[in-house]
Amino acid sequence: MKCSEFLTELTSYLDGVLDEKTKAELENHLSWCHNCYVVCDTTKKTIEIYRDSQLYELPEDLRGRLRSAIMTKCQQHKKRGPQSV
Amino acid sequence: MGAIQNKIVGPVSEELSLVQAAKRGDDSAFEELVRRYDRNVFRIAQHITQNREDAEDVVQEAFLKAYGNLQQFQEQSKFYTWLVRIAVNEALMKLRRRKPERTVSLDEDIKTEDDSLPREIADWSPNPEQQYTQAELREILSKTIQGLPPGFRTVFVLRDVEGLSTEETAAALELSVPAVKSRLLRARLQLRERLGRYFQRRENGDGKNGEPKGAEVKTGDAPSGDGNQ
Repeated sequence: MKCSEFLTELTSYLDGVLDEKTKAELENHLSWCHNCYVVCDTTKKTIEIYRDSQLYELPEDLRGRLRSAIMTKCQQHKKRGPQSV
Repeated sequence: MGAIQNKIVGPVSEELSLVQAAKRGDDSAFEELVRRYDRNVFRIAQHITQNREDAEDVVQEAFLKAYGNLQQFQEQSKFYTWLVRIAVNEALMKLRRRKPERTVSLDEDIKTEDDSLPREIADWSPNPEQQYTQAELREILSKTIQGLPPGFRTVFVLRDVEGLSTEETAAALELSVPAVKSRLLRARLQLRERLGRYFQRRENGDGKNGEPKGAEVKTGDAPSGDGNQ
């Protein structure tokens, strides 16, 4: 496997959807190509850091206010009929 | 090095029962759907709009639209995917209003295939996120993802932050599966490269007090596949 082929397969590899043969070829490539190993490892870390970051969590008080505003509007909509959205 | 584990959103069969009850007019069932997905919709909306007030509006408008159009929901896809599609459209509309000088669409950003090839290959420090406080890290992550074009960050957020499958992301964004895969790869690689400015292993010290490396650092060592076997 060449470096360019590794890049093509990187997303499927990280998502765990590669077939066994391609996965073995990719892992063999990673075992000797340091640059691709670093790209793979740091890309995986990038995804994990964002996934675990709790960026833009909805605070509970705001959450409650939004939910009650949504339900009030839904009930108004129900009274007015289906044309109002 | 293994695959990434995705977040799982609640069981599908339970979701369907709630949707069916809501369709019959049970508002408490709809409220349960709001409770189940409001955090996800807020995160997606804030990632796209990069503005908290807009994200709050999107949450309200998306759920209200879902409520008003519930009878049209065919139950062939997950309710959540359908809701995400509504929310993404609302968020993009907000972005267009806020940035009228630029056309914002998921179809922009088509550039050459080489624009995301890794240029900066230096390794990161072990546990790089621990070099920063929680607040600093949030600032870095937020600033970094803001630099991505909306079409890229939307795909990244749906796939990697919210854990939708490639097919669900394609359905929610009305894109083809190959388009989702291509944008996801480029989004991941661009974020990786930009975060590297903060997380790279430093020659001197732990890097916490050093200036992030500049955006212009290039090694010229991108894997090319030529003569590198």
